[in-house]
Amino acid sequence: MKKSQIKILSMATLIAISGMYACKPKNAGNAAAGDATKAYIAPGKYDEFYNFVSGGFSGQMSVYGLPSGRLFRVIPVFSVDPEKGYGYSEETKPMLNTSHGFVPWDDLHHVQLSKTAGEIDGKWVFGNANNTPRVARIDLTTFRTQEIIELPNSGGNHSSPFITENTEYVVAGTRFSVPPDDANGDVPINTYKQNFKGTLSFISVAKEDGKMDLAFQIQCPGVNFDLSRAGKGVSHGWFFFSCYNTEQASTLLEVNASQRDKDFIMAVNWKKAEEYLKAGKGKKQSVKYAHNVYSDATHSATSQIKTEVTVLDSKELQDICYFIPCPKSPHGCDVDPTGQYIVGSGKLAALIPVFSYDKILKAIADKAYDGEFEGIPVIKYEAALYGEVKKPGLGPLHTEFDGKGNAYTSFFVSSEVVKWNIKDLKVLDRAATFYSVGHLCIPGGDSKTPNAKYLIAYNKITKDRYLPTGPELSQSAQLYDISGDKMQMILDFPTIGEPHYAQACAADIIKPKSLKIFKIAENNHAFVAKGEKETKVVREGNKVHVYMTAIRSHITPDNIEGVKMGDEVYFHVTNLEQDWDVPHGFAVKGANNAELLIMPGETQTLKWTPDRVGIMPMYCTDFCSALHQEMQGYVRVSPAGSSVPISFSTGKTETPPATK
Amino acid sequence: MKPSGITTWVRLILALCGALLIVVLFVPMWRIDLDAPQYPEGLRLLIHPHKIAGDVDIINGLNHYIGMKTMHTADFFEFTILPYIISIFALLFFVVAVINKRKIMNILLFVFIAFGVVAMIDFWKWEYDYGHNLDPNAAIIVPGMAYQPPLIGFKQLLNFGAYSIPDIGGWIFMSVGMLLLLCVIFEFRKQRSL
Repeated sequence: MKKSQIKILSMATLIAISGMYACKPKNAGNAAAGDATKAYIAPGKYDEFYNFVSGGFSGQMSVYGLPSGRLFRVIPVFSVDPEKGYGYSEETKPMLNTSHGFVPWDDLHHVQLSKTAGEIDGKWVFGNANNTPRVARIDLTTFRTQEIIELPNSGGNHSSPFITENTEYVVAGTRFSVPPDDANGDVPINTYKQNFKGTLSFISVAKEDGKMDLAFQIQCPGVNFDLSRAGKGVSHGWFFFSCYNTEQASTLLEVNASQRDKDFIMAVNWKKAEEYLKAGKGKKQSVKYAHNVYSDATHSATSQIKTEVTVLDSKELQDICYFIPCPKSPHGCDVDPTGQYIVGSGKLAALIPVFSYDKILKAIADKAYDGEFEGIPVIKYEAALYGEVKKPGLGPLHTEFDGKGNAYTSFFVSSEVVKWNIKDLKVLDRAATFYSVGHLCIPGGDSKTPNAKYLIAYNKITKDRYLPTGPELSQSAQLYDISGDKMQMILDFPTIGEPHYAQACAADIIKPKSLKIFKIAENNHAFVAKGEKETKVVREGNKVHVYMTAIRSHITPDNIEGVKMGDEVYFHVTNLEQDWDVPHGFAVKGANNAELLIMPGETQTLKWTPDRVGIMPMYCTDFCSALHQEMQGYVRVSPAGSSVPISFSTGKTETPPATK
Repeated sequence: MKPSGITTWVRLILALCGALLIVVLFVPMWRIDLDAPQYPEGLRLLIHPHKIAGDVDIINGLNHYIGMKTMHTADFFEFTILPYIISIFALLFFVVAVINKRKIMNILLFVFIAFGVVAMIDFWKWEYDYGHNLDPNAAIIVPGMAYQPPLIGFKQLLNFGAYSIPDIGGWIFMSVGMLLLLCVIFEFRKQRSL
C-alpha cells in the first residue's frame, strides 16, 4: 500500500469512528435545559405548593415545597423513626401493631390527598403499606400519622390508597393473591388457580374526623391487582383496577405472567356493591386485623384487633365486576378530569389504550362480552376502547392530566414523559427523564381541576446526575414547567427512600390550618404534669413513673434517686411550652429504644430499663434555647434491694445526708 | 349675670365622650410590641382596664433569662379599680351634659387630666420596678443593663426591640380628654365674648 493510500484509509477510519461517537445517544450532561430561576424561591418566601411524596421502602412520606424542591418534613408512617420517637415512645408503639404483632417497617408506595366533590380538600393524606397490608391516614393539621388499618385476606396492598371523589372510600387491592384468611392456607403453592383469591377492600372514611372503617371486601379471582383509580364526575360510583398475572402463575412471574397479549382492567361498580351489602348479600367472615388510632387529646394511640369482615363474592353477585382487556401487564389505569376516559398503561406495551366510560356502559348493556374469566364477564376490547395512542414510547406506566384536554404519560423503559391529547390521541411533546421514570405528579393531577403549572417525574436511576455516594444512590424528582406547549425541566432534586407516587396541592389549602401548639389545658394524657407543681416520681412495684416537665431551660425533676436495678422507669415528659416551634427532646443514657421529641403542650413517654448501678445523665436533645446545654439532669441507679428511697427535686442544692 | 349653662352641641359632645369611655372598658388601652430575630411574627403585651393579655405566658417565659419577675393580672391592684374609675368618669360626663353646669365641666377637665398624669406615673413606676428589680441569680446578667420598657416610643432591650404605644382604648381616652379641653376652651371664649 502506498503511503498516501494509508493516509486516506486512516483518515477514513478516523472519520468513521468519530461519526460513530457523534451518533452516541445524548446523555444527561447535555440534555438538561430549562430556566432554573423558575424554580427559585428566594429566602424568606413560601413555596406555592405542598408536595407529598411516598418514601417507598423507607416506609415514610416526605413533604416538599414546590417549585423549590425544598424538603420540609419526613412523616413517619409505617416505619419507626428514632428521631421523633415514633414507634419507640409508649404512646406511638400501638400505631405499628398488626395481627402479626409489632411490624416496625413497611413499603409505602402511593399517596392520596382527601377530596371533596373531586377537589383536594387538604384534610388528610393517605398512604398504603405494600408488605403487611395496611392503609394509613395522616392528619394535615399536625402532619402526623393519625390512624392505621390493617387489611385481612390480602397479601400486600399495592393498588391503594386511591379514593372516591368525596373520600367516601379508600380502596386497597391485594397485589399478591393468597388463600382467604379463614381457609386452610397450608396448600401447595402450585394450586394458585384453585385456592388463591384476590381481594379488594373498601375502607369508609368518616366525613368529620376521618375515622376509617373496613366497610366491605369484594372477593375476586386470583390475579395481581396493581393500581386503581376511582371514577369521577360521570363515572362516579365506579372504580378501575389494573390487573396482571392473569396467567395465574405462582412462580417466575417475570416470564409466566407476561405470556398473555392482554391482561385486564377491572371495572368495579361500587354503588352496586353497596346495594348488595345493604340487601344483606355479604358474608361475614372471621378474620383478624389491627385498627390503630392516635388521639391528640390523650396524645396516645390505641390498637384494637378486629375479628370480622363482610365479603361480597364477585362471581356470585352479578353486575359488580367486569374485566376489560388491556395490553401487557397494565400498571396505571388513570381517569381523566371529566371521568369519561380511562387510560391503561401496559408496562410492556408500545401503545396506550384509552377506554371510554360511556362505551363500557354500552358494552355492558349490549352484553358485548368476550366470554368470562373465572366467572366474571370480559368486555370486548374494541367495545370499550375509545382509541389508542400509537407509538408513544416504550413501557407506559402512569398518566396525569392537566385539565386542558392533555395527558402526560411516563415511560419507564424509554425514560421519557410524553404529552398527548386525549381527544385526538396525538402525541404533542416528549421530554427525557433521567432515568427510568415511575410515576408523575401534577398538582391536583387526579382531581377535577388540575393546577397544571408543574409536572414532577419521579426517577429511579441517578448514577451520572448526583455526586456519587458509594453503591447506593439517591433517587430523584425532576420538575418540569408545563405552563407552555413544551415541557421544560427546571429542577432536579433528590428524594427520601424510593419515590413511587406523589401528590401536590396549593399551599393555601393546607397552610392556614396547620397546628402551632397543643393546648396544655386540653392535655388528657394519663401521666401529664400540667405544671412543675404536678411533677412527681411514683413507684408501683418495680415500675417507676416519672411525671416530668420540660420548659426552657430545665427539666423537672432533674435529680432522681431511688431507682433500682430491675426497675422499669417510665419518663412521662410534658412540654410546658405554649409557643410555636419550641419542641423539647428527652434522652437518657443507655436507653435501648430512642429519644423523644415533645411538641408544646404534649406528653410523651420513654421506657428505660437501667442496666447498671451508677449515675445516668439525661438531657434535652432539641436545641431549645440559649441555655439548652444546661437543660440536663441525673438519675441515680442503686442496686436491687437498696434502701435508697424515691426522691426527686429540681434546684435543691443542700448537701443530703451521706448514704451508703 | 352671665349664664352658667353650656351650649347644646357641646353638651352632646360631652355625652358622646361618656359613651366613648364605656367603649374603653372593653378594649386594650396600651400595648407593648416586642420584636426579635426569633419572633418575626412579633410578641404583644396588651393592657386592658382589667387585665393584661396577649402573649403574656411567652413573654414571661422569655423574661426568666434576665431574671425579670413574671407578670400576672392578679399582681396589679390597679386592675381591680381601673374599670370603676373609667365607669365613674363616663358617668360624670353624662352628669355634666345633663346638669348643664360649666363650672362642673371645668372641674371634670382638671380631674380627668390629673387622673391621666397619675396613671402614666403609675405605669412608669411599674415599668421601672419590672425593669430594675431583677433576680441576681438570673442566667443572663449584663452589667449596668436594665430592662425598663419605654413609657411611650421605642427602645432596644438586648435582642428585643420594644415599642410602647397606646392601643385603641388609650387613643379613645386621649381623644376624650382633648374633646373635653376643646369644649372648655370654646365655652370660656364664648363666655368672654358676651
